[in-house]
Amino acid sequence: MAKFKAKKQNIAIDMTPMVDLAFLLITFFMLTVKFRAPESLEVHVPSSIADTPLPAQDIMVISVAPDSSGGGGRVFFGVDSKHTRLAILEKIQERYGYVFDDREKQLFSVLPEIGVAFEQLKAYLNLSEAERKAFDKHTSIPIDSTNNQLGQWILFARYSNPKIRIAIRSDEKTPYPVIARIIETLKDQKVHRFNLITTLEAQPKS
Amino acid sequence: MAAEVGGDSGAPKKGKKSGKAHKPKKRPRIDMTPMVDLGFLLLTFFVLTTTMSTPNTMPVVVPPKITEKDEVEPPKISERKVITLLVSRGKIYYYTGIENPELHVTDFSPKTGIRKTLLERRAEVEANYGKDEMIVIIKMMDDAHYRDFVDILDEMAVINQKKYALVDITPEEKELVEEYRKTMEKTS
Repeated sequence: MAKFKAKKQNIAIDMTPMVDLAFLLITFFMLTVKFRAPESLEVHVPSSIADTPLPAQDIMVISVAPDSSGGGGRVFFGVDSKHTRLAILEKIQERYGYVFDDREKQLFSVLPEIGVAFEQLKAYLNLSEAERKAFDKHTSIPIDSTNNQLGQWILFARYSNPKIRIAIRSDEKTPYPVIARIIETLKDQKVHRFNLITTLEAQPKS
Repeated sequence: MAAEVGGDSGAPKKGKKSGKAHKPKKRPRIDMTPMVDLGFLLLTFFVLTTTMSTPNTMPVVVPPKITEKDEVEPPKISERKVITLLVSRGKIYYYTGIENPELHVTDFSPKTGIRKTLLERRAEVEANYGKDEMIVIIKMMDDAHYRDFVDILDEMAVINQKKYALVDITPEEKELVEEYRKTMEKTS
C-alpha cells in the first residue's frame, strides 16, 4: 500500500539493485580476467570437441606458423616460465659455447616464443623490437633431419623442468609432413604423449 | 507447536513492515545514475578483455619407435578386426583387412562420412568378436593438412574409439591411392 504514495513526486527508479548487479559482475570479471598474452605468432588453430583446458603451468608449446610463401610451416618454441627459459639459455651456452650477457638473458626470459636457429640467437636478441617482429615473419627453428634443433630445445626444456608437458599449437593449414617431423622428433626424445591445442567445437549429437 | 511458532513470527513482521513504510519519505535520495554508468563502463571493459575462448587440448599418444636393437616385434593384430584409414586432404581412403586391400573413399561430412563407415565396421567387428575389438590404423598422407589430422583424431573421440594407432604410410599404400585416383578420373 505504501508503495503507491511515491507516485506523487516525479518517477525515480531505484538504481540500487542495478548497481549491486553491475558491481557483482565487475568483481567477477576482475577476478577471473586473464589478460591475453602477447602472442608473437598468429596461428589459426583447428577446432575439435576436446574440452580439456590447457594447463597454465609446466608447459612447452611448439608452435607452427604458416609460411608466407605458402609451403611448409615455421616452427617456434616457447615455455611458460621465466625460470625455465633462463635455465634453457644456460644449457644453450654450455652446449654451443655462446656467451650471453645479462641484457640478452633478461630479454630472452621475457620472450614468449623463439623461432630462430641457435647460431642466430645472439644476433636476434640484439635486434630492436620492431626488427624482431619483422624477423619473426620468416624464421623457423631448423627441423631437418641433418640439423634438428627442435630436438635440442625439447631436450633442454625437459632438463630444465622435468615435469614439463608438451603441446603442439599448429596452424590448421600446415602440411602434414611438418607435423610428422615434429612427432618424429618427439619420438626420438622418447616423448610419446603430447597434446594438440585446439579451439572448442560443439560435440555432435550421436 | 509448529503452528504457534508460525503465528509468533508472523505478527512482529507485520509490525516492522508498517514501521518501514514511513521511513523512506524522510531519507535523502542519492542519485545512483553516475555510479551505474561507471559500473557498466568497467563491466564492459572487463567483459571485452576477458579471454573467453581458453585453448583446449587434445591428448595424443603415439607408439614408440621400434629399432632393431629392441628385439621386440610390433604387435600382431588380426586383419579381421582392422580398418585402415589413409587420410588425405579432406578425404579419407580406407580399406578393411590387410591382404588384398580394396580401397574406398569417404570424407569428413558428419552424417555420411567417415563416422558412418567406422560405426558400420565396428558393428561388424562387434558382432563377430565382441565389444571394443575394432582397431583403427590411421595413416596420414603427405598432402594432408594439420586440420585433417585433428579431424580424424576428433572422429575417434566422437565415436569413442579407444583402440587406434598412428602409423607411417607405406609406399605400397601410396601406390594404391594413386591407382585409385587414376581409375576414378577415368570413370568420371
